[in-house]
Amino acid sequence: MNKPVPVTDWVSDFDHTDPRWTEDPYPIWDELRAQCPVVHTNRFLGVYMPTTYEAVKAIAYDTEHFSSRRIIVRNSRPPITQSAPPITSDPPEHKPAKQLLLPPFTPDAMKKLEPRVRAICNELIDQFIADPSVDAAARYTKHIPVRAIAHMLGIPEQDGDLFIKWIHEILELGITDEATLMRAIEEMSHYFMGHIQARKSKPTDDLISTLMKARGPDGQPLSDMHVLGSLRLLLVAGIDTTWSGIGASLWHLAKTPADRERLIAEPELMPTAIEEFLRAYSPVTMAREVIKETTISGCPIKPENMVLLSFPAANRDPAMFHDADKVLIDRKENRHAAFGLGIHRCVGSNLARMEMTVALEEWLKRIPDFRLDPAGKVTWSEGTVRGPRQLPLLLGKAT
Amino acid sequence: MAGKLKIHVDPDKCQGHSRCKSLAPELFELDEYGNAHEIGDGTVPDGLEDKAWLAKSNCPELAIDITED
Ligand code: HEM
Ligand code: SF4
Repeated sequence: MNKPVPVTDWVSDFDHTDPRWTEDPYPIWDELRAQCPVVHTNRFLGVYMPTTYEAVKAIAYDTEHFSSRRIIVRNSRPPITQSAPPITSDPPEHKPAKQLLLPPFTPDAMKKLEPRVRAICNELIDQFIADPSVDAAARYTKHIPVRAIAHMLGIPEQDGDLFIKWIHEILELGITDEATLMRAIEEMSHYFMGHIQARKSKPTDDLISTLMKARGPDGQPLSDMHVLGSLRLLLVAGIDTTWSGIGASLWHLAKTPADRERLIAEPELMPTAIEEFLRAYSPVTMAREVIKETTISGCPIKPENMVLLSFPAANRDPAMFHDADKVLIDRKENRHAAFGLGIHRCVGSNLARMEMTVALEEWLKRIPDFRLDPAGKVTWSEGTVRGPRQLPLLLGKAT
Repeated sequence: MAGKLKIHVDPDKCQGHSRCKSLAPELFELDEYGNAHEIGDGTVPDGLEDKAWLAKSNCPELAIDITED
């Protein structure tokens, strides 16, 4: 692949895969927002990006002009062959597909899962607590979401490393490498078909069996392909998103001792702190395809373009949040859009919040003192899910 | 003296972020899909007014209405 031309003018030629964007997107978004509520680039065959909360919300609510049939901005737009309801669905198909997935993810269901997640966090901490330093992204934050979802699905938690590999191949390598993408999907499908088959003779009490027992809008049980598609979606949507959310929170606490000490002294601030980390370091940017001409915040929007639906940029809009660029762990009013707005609200938001809370609580209990390792480098994932992929920390009191 | 507050969740707007339920569990309940409804007829018991406003000001979908009798 040709190396992309470096960006010189962000406002008319932005590129969300540019290394500067990956490293620190916030000043770039501020610059874009100051110019226009919706900016455009000719890269990736034409993409708009709303920069204000108002414009992001208007697009998220407008399923008539903006379709979810394509949700990844790529260099090519091959014909659509793989759909993953409900995330790739528009009304009216969206609602029944989503309702199938919602009941296992309610706050009450998450309460039942919570003790297992606490144990997972402690098992991970046991492995490095005696060390002076640790890459927390590789040894802690990465493993919590995969093990939690494996536990829910009823498959071995040790298979988590396989999921991490597939997701990396699908979400990162797959943007440019079609063959790797297809092979990963193939392997994943084969793996899950085995688990589906096994449950046909011996039903279990887990999320895979729940989905197999669920009935579609026509009153019939879901086909194996539908169950498989749902499982694939839950893995792809639930893992590196939450990995990123936990990682960014820990990164903040590592570099902000005042917030860390306050959170230990006032644990009742945890809920507002979690919402604030979700706002300030929102991991997920989605996409839409423009299917009909329209206007958003006064800007003309034309078909044949994609939209980078930046919930993270919306969450930094000073017109919506006072001190938008500051992290205030006791922020009282926080209508952030980290889990989306409108009908596609994240199915896993209650799970993600529980995992983030438990991961920080258990870490702070056992490792109250830690900081960024000046000898290491924090690196961030590229693309539309943003979080630390390398987070070198020094553990224990500074000497 | 102001009258009693009454809350109402608009079911067409609510998308089940459950911010209201975690901030004011005394005032909201969730259905099997995680969408919220006001408990009872929505009358806010004395002492819970602040929680009602807090829930409203954290609902990302602007789905919560508060009226005063
Ligand atoms: C911090 C972690 C997470 C963040 C920030 C996040 C963010 C999002 C966002 C912004 C959307 C909206 C997509 C759109 O508008 O098109 C979404 C949808 C979705 N998320 Fe998450 N997510 C997280 C974790 C999870 C987890 C743990 C799961 C499940 C295991 C999950 C499953 C889904 C699904 C199935 C959808 C599609 C919903 C629909 O289209 O109706 N997510 N997520
Ligand atoms: S916070 Fe708003 S959208 Fe979320 S459950 Fe409550 S009423 Fe519904």
